[in-house]
This record gives sequence, structure tokens and C-alpha cells, in this order.
Amino acid sequence: MEMPTPDAGIMARKGRVVERLQAVLPKDAVIHDERQTRAYECDALTAYKCPPMAAVLPASTREVADVLRICHEEGVPVVPRGSGTSLAGGALPTADSVILGIARMNDVLETDYENRTIRVQSGRTNLSVTGAVEENGFFYAPDPSSQLACAIAGNIAMNSGGAHCLKYGVTTNNLMGVTMVMMDGEIIEIGGAYMDAGGLDLLGLICGSEGQLGVVTEATLRILPKPEGARPVLMGFDDNEVAGACVSDIIKAGVLPVAIEFMDRPCIEATEAFAKAGYPMCEALLIVEVEGSEAEIDHQLSLIMKIARRHNPVELRESKSAEESAAIWLGRKSAFGAMGQINDYMCLDGTIPVSSLPMVLRRIGEMSEQFGLKVGNVFHAGDGNMHPLILFDANKPGDLELCEEFGAEILKLCVEAGGCLTGEHGVGIEKRDLMGYQYAPQDLEAQMAVKDVFDPGWLLNPAKVFPLSASESRRRLPMAAE
Amino acid sequence: MIKPETEAALADAVKSATAPLCIQGGGTRGFEVAGETLSTAGLSGITLYEPGALTIVAQAGTPVSQIEKALAAEGQRLAFEPMDHRPLLGTEGEPTIGGVVAANVSGPRRIQGGAARDYALGVRFVDGAGNIVKNGGRVMKNVTGYDLVKLMSGAYGTLGVLTEVSLKVLPVPETEGTLMLRGLDDTAAVAAMARAMGSPFEVTGAAHCAKILDDDPITALRVEGFEASVAYRLEQLKGLFAEQGVDMLVASDEMSLWFWQGVRDAGKFSEVAGDVWRVSCKPTDGPRLVAASDAEECYCDWGGGLIWFLTAPGVDLRARLGRYDGHATLVRGRSEGIAQFEPQAPGVERISEGLRARFDPRGILNRGLMGAASREVA
Ligand SMILES: Cc1cc2nc3c(=O)[nH]c(=O)nc-3n(C[C@H](O)[C@H](O)[C@H](O)COP(=O)(O)OP(=O)(O)OC[C@H]3O[C@@H](n4cnc5c(N)ncnc54)[C@H](O)[C@@H]3O)c2cc1C
Repeated sequence: MEMPTPDAGIMARKGRVVERLQAVLPKDAVIHDERQTRAYECDALTAYKCPPMAAVLPASTREVADVLRICHEEGVPVVPRGSGTSLAGGALPTADSVILGIARMNDVLETDYENRTIRVQSGRTNLSVTGAVEENGFFYAPDPSSQLACAIAGNIAMNSGGAHCLKYGVTTNNLMGVTMVMMDGEIIEIGGAYMDAGGLDLLGLICGSEGQLGVVTEATLRILPKPEGARPVLMGFDDNEVAGACVSDIIKAGVLPVAIEFMDRPCIEATEAFAKAGYPMCEALLIVEVEGSEAEIDHQLSLIMKIARRHNPVELRESKSAEESAAIWLGRKSAFGAMGQINDYMCLDGTIPVSSLPMVLRRIGEMSEQFGLKVGNVFHAGDGNMHPLILFDANKPGDLELCEEFGAEILKLCVEAGGCLTGEHGVGIEKRDLMGYQYAPQDLEAQMAVKDVFDPGWLLNPAKVFPLSASESRRRLPMAAE
Repeated sequence: MIKPETEAALADAVKSATAPLCIQGGGTRGFEVAGETLSTAGLSGITLYEPGALTIVAQAGTPVSQIEKALAAEGQRLAFEPMDHRPLLGTEGEPTIGGVVAANVSGPRRIQGGAARDYALGVRFVDGAGNIVKNGGRVMKNVTGYDLVKLMSGAYGTLGVLTEVSLKVLPVPETEGTLMLRGLDDTAAVAAMARAMGSPFEVTGAAHCAKILDDDPITALRVEGFEASVAYRLEQLKGLFAEQGVDMLVASDEMSLWFWQGVRDAGKFSEVAGDVWRVSCKPTDGPRLVAASDAEECYCDWGGGLIWFLTAPGVDLRARLGRYDGHATLVRGRSEGIAQFEPQAPGVERISEGLRARFDPRGILNRGLMGAASREVA
């Protein structure tokens, strides 16, 4: 993956930039020593690393504004960073950039149960938002698997989803307001503890903008009452296509599960070897979870199982207790870890229309043989969000490149099938150069025009999202300081 | 009136326009915008409907009624419950799906299921320079690039003319039921609605209105789902209020349907003269705003987060309400100096103007409908 050549002029001004940052931040909040900046050299896309020129850890919106104002005046690119769990390289620095880490801003500012909202500083981790309200019977719905570590700021930037978003939606559906600092240091407020911020839907635009429009420092989030209970059913099929048809039938029948998860044979085999969850060995496995009172759950599960039986499952296992539910989820939750045990892996997240599931899985299988690399598929089947995990060996020369080539082919296939390159992880650097497969030049131009308005100098996370060739002329605009 | 039959023809019409255009779907909103009318009604028809994937794609000028009919045949619906503005505004014509998305029209189920923008998966549009642009797609999860779908939804055509939209749809539940609490004042009603919505019983509608059945105010709570589940949830909701000795009744099916349609369409104000405002606020601020409004009448939806006000013509409700978290839209009535949409804070306004200048450099799309210019025009 190519990154722009760092600007030597900027790096030559490092001393002055650091000095100015130190003037507005506490001493320990400006990291510029080369050994220490390494801590910020990559995110969860660890194949790519580059220490930033400096990293700052502001503790308030005011401090964020000061940092941005200075970087704006100095013409220094800024890469915002939450917890660094991006799988797309969203928080990858360049050598001439300043990493703006939001981790010190993790307070709960207000919980309001009557209006069902919480206001937090954006460095707060996803799970600890739920942690702050669960004693009162509430939760924050979007639940990325990385929720223990990832920050709300990163969730907003990537519009992250989770296993339960089939029912509750992704970040954008649960975000009500933000405080955001613009690249020139101006602080703006959008939305709040009420529905549909007025005027143009800037909130919807900021959510998913990958840290390119502004730095979000606070967020108002919708919280929801916890359901009375939840229980899954596990079903196995000897054919992917049949499993796909079953998903479609469940959805059509008017039952709205909170989650429908799909695993294919390579993935089941890997997980079984690792977690020993007792899954049946078959071609496709579905976990379908519903919520409600005991009686409501029974009713919904009985409908779902009736539909499943029409498709001749090789296994149908209804959870009757919390322990059984945990056992059913165990394998799914260890899927990534299990694949990681076997080898290095690359996790893609292209989304496809549910109807093309069998075709896409078949093609991925064929390509796997062509490239000579193994793939396991875990899948948010209800909404078509795939997670093919391609196994490769990072120590073997050429394997990473081969894996990336294979990954690109899978993503192109997703687009051909009527889907998209990324359902929840974001474009970052990883899918940046594939954007042309999904969007025509004028489509990208319209998106880049948005960045022009928010960040005319293209200083915020500039080397992401858009193919470098498409954004080049903008990134070379004369900087404010020159 | 210009009424292109294809997207390409529409793009040509915008490109070659030399004066402002008034973008119209079914024309049921009655916006008074200067310029020749550019109608999307010629772009009509469902492009793709996959019930098993819960998605529908349609050209922007497709009548909402046609979409609802196609969905109903598969037991599905537009879950965001778009309002029909005709009774309130006394307009004619057929609401179009493009208009619904462009104006982000959402009804009572907004509190639980989300707004129109939450169901919009993809758009195609023609910007002010005549470029055809697409964004999003037809899959339920998509974070590929910026979300211009949200930006276009609620932009009222000022950033581009929608030519095609794709939407997530949902199954129609087996049944619905409504619990009505009688005699609560505004504050008690907001508290009751908060209590219900803070329960796990998934209230899909929460409204409070005076003088619907008789002189007692009604606070209504709707649940939807399987027959047994609805019965169970209504009982549980009743249980929440039993101790307070609130007078309660469960509405009949017809009454429930009639009631929520009225809430959705502001039916209460359709037969009476006056300006109609829609105020989005923090539910617990509602009672204070109602008191400050000195309005002729009002009722609230969204658990108190949406208040519909009826005022005498020409009243500047915003001046009366003062500062609060939220915004007010003038839905019916026009007066000198009163903008239809709430003026934005300067920083936000500057961004919005910047976007309009980029997407519609000549300022020809629904000029003056939104933003600072709307105050000059009005
Ligand atoms: C094991 C694992 C499992 C995962 N599972 C899921 C999953 O189930 N669903 C899912 O959606 N994702 C998942 N992810 C991806 C990742 O966790 C999410 O993208 C997450 O939202 C990133 O949050 P973060 O705080 O780590 O952000 P970072 O990685 O630090 O940054 C992500 C992006 O946000 C920007 N950003 C950070 N802070 C700000 C700010 N204050 N203002 C503006 N922009 C900012 C960055 O510039 C970057 O572009 C997973 C990752 C891992 C490693």
C-alpha cells in the first residue's frame, strides 16, 4: 500500500511545531521522542507502520482546538486516533504528521435516563458506555467485537456496527449529537439530546467520515432499555445455498432476530480446533438470536425452527439456558482468535445483497484455490456483511502481497454482486485504491467536495479514503504556513 | 413545467437551466420556491424489490402509494411511517418516494425504528451543475466513503435532485395495540412516556394529546408484534401505571390505527386555520416549551420529543420559545421574516452554505428554501 512521500519541509520544522504544542499542552501530553512515537506507528492493520512526527494527548475540547489551530497554522497534517483498533489503517500516521490521540478524554458528561441519552467524551471506550448505564437497565446498542478497546470517536469515524445491528442499527442510527473541532480550531456543536438535528444532516455526514472532516471530542448517544432476555438457536446445513435460503425465509416471515450469524466449513473447523464449542461439522452454520420475555422468545424460536426444518438442517440446537446460549456463542466469538492461531489473517468486510450469498461464497472458494490461500467466512448474514478471513504467512516473502491481491478480488466481487467494499470497517488505506470499482470519478468528486468544505487545506487524515491519484491535487494545495 | 422521463434528460435540464428551478415530486408540500418547476414525476417505477433482503429500489418520482402497495403484497412496509401532508396543507397530488427521502419525513415510529434517513441505503442524484452522482447502494451496511445518502436526506433538494433511492423495508408485524392513559397533565404525560420507553416492552409510538376522545387528555403508547406478545406487553405497560391509579383503556384495533394516522398527519390541525409548527426538543423540556409557546393548541409525539403547535398566523414561535436544545420548523403558513427552517449557529451555517455552494454552485436548486437565503427570500 503506497503512502504519500512525507513533506521534508514540515519535518524540518518539527522543533518549532513541538515547541508550540508544548506551550498549550501539559508536558507529558506531547510525545516527540522517536522511541516513544513508535507507540503510535500503526493501528490494527499491523502490516503497515510509520511513526508520526509527534503525538499529542489533549484532555479537553479546548486543548484539541489549540492543537488543531497550531497544526493548521504550521501546515502539519493531523491524524486523529481513538484506540487504534482500525482494521483499515484509518489511524496510520505519515512521518510528517501529528497523531492526535483522544484517549485521555474519556469522561461521562451526563446520563439522562428520562430522555434516554448519554453524553460522553469521545475517547471513552464503547463497552464502558454501556458500563456507565447498565446498572439502571440500559445499554448502548452498537457492539463491535472490539468493544472492550475501541473508542466512541473511532466508532463515529468508521460508523461501526456489531452483531446486534440487524435490529438496533449501526453507530449513525444511535448518534444524536457531537462537539467537533474543525481543522482551523473552530469548535462546532451539531445536534444534541433531541431527534434529527436541524438543517442539513451534517451529523450523518460526519459519522463515517474517517477523521477527515473534524475531530469529534464529545458525543450524545441514544441508550436503550435492556431486553428482558435473549436466546439463540444454532442450526447446521450441508449446503451454503440452503443456509442462505433459510436466512431469507426467516427474514421474510416477519420475525426480526437481533442477530443472524453465519460460519462456513473452514471457519467451523478452525473454531472447533481452537474453542471446542461442540459445533457440528457441516458446510454452513447459522446462529439466530431473538429477544423478549421467555414466552416471546419461545414463540419466535419455534417459528424460526419451523422454517429451518423445511430446509433439512443437519443440526438444530435451541438454547434453553444462559449456559447453553454462551456455548452457542462461544465458537462465533472465538472465530477471529481461532483463525489467528492458524496463521496471520486479513479480515475483509465487503457487503453483498443476501440473495447473492451462495454465488459469492462459491466464487470465493474457487479463488481460494487459484491463489492457494485458505479463507474462512464469518458473516453477519442478516444484513449481508461478510467477513472473509484470508490466511497468509507474514514471514513468507510475497504472501502478504498475494493475500492483498486476493482480498481485492473478493471486494471487487462484492461490488459486482451489487454490494460494497466495506460494511463496517471503513476504507482507510486498505480499500482506498479500490474506490474506483464502486464509484465513478464524479461520485468521488462529490465526496471530496465535502472535504474541501470542512478542511480546505486537506490536512486532516489526508491520505485515506480516496485513491491517492484522485486526491493528489488537493493534498498538494499550498499550506497555510507557506 | 419540465418533466424529464429519464435521469439523463433530467441532468440535461439542470445543466442547461439558466434560471432557478423549483424541484417537485408530487408537490404535496406546497413549497413556494421561485423558478420553473422541475418535476421528478416522469421518473417513476420500482427498479428492484427483494423481500428476502428487505430492500427496495425505486425511481424518485414513484408514488409512495405504489411502493406501499408493492410492499403490502409481501407483508412488508416503510417502517418510518412517512406522513401524508395533504390533509394538513390542503394540497393535492401524489407524494413521491424521492420527496419523502429528500425531506426525511418520519412518523411516530421514529422513536423506536428510526427516521427516513435511517432507512435510506442509497441515492442517485443530479447536482446543481448537472452531474449524475451516486452514493451508498442497496445493502444494509455500507461505510464505503462519505455518507451522502444522509446528506441528501433532509436537504430538500437544495443539494441535488434525487433520481433514485434505495430503502430498507421491514415486515409488517402481526398486530398492534395501543394503551391509552387518561387525564395526565403535560408533565405527568412526559414522565409516563419516558417510563414506558425506558421499559423493555418496545413502545413504537408514544403521543400525548388533549381533546381527542373527550375533554380528558390522552397519553397513548403503541406496541407491535405477534398477537400474544402484544397482549403481554400491553399488560406489562398497564402494570407500570397501576399503582398511580391512572385511568387506562386499551384501544380497539380500528381506534389504534385511526389514532396513529392522526398523530402522523397532524390530523388535529387539518380542519382548523392557523400556522402549524413542528418542534424537535428534549422530551423533558416539552412542558416548559408548551407553557412558553402560548399556542392555540398543541400535541406531542415521539414521547414528547416532537411537539406540533398551532399558532395564530404570523406568530414567531421561535421568539416565544427562546433558547432550548432543539429546533422549530414552520410546516404550514408563511410570513415575512420568518424562516421555515430554524436558523443554524454561525459555524454550522457556514459549513451548510459551503456545501450548497459546492453542490449547487449557481444556486438554482430550490433557491432560498433552506439556509440564510431563506430569510432574505421570506
Ligand atoms: C479484533 C477486532 C474486532 C473488530 N470488530 C469490529 C466489529 O465487529 N465491527 C466494526 O464495525 N468494527 C470492528 N473492528 C474495527 C475497529 O474496532 C473499529 O473500526 C473501531 O470503531 C475503531 O475505533 P478506534 O477507537 O480504535 O479508532 P482508531 O483505530 O483509533 O481510528 C479509527 C478512525 O477514526 C478516526 N478517529 C479517531 N478518533 C477520532 C476523533 N476524535 N475524531 C475524528 N476521527 C477520529 C481515525 O483517524 C481513524 O480514521 C474490529 C477491530 C478489531 C481489531
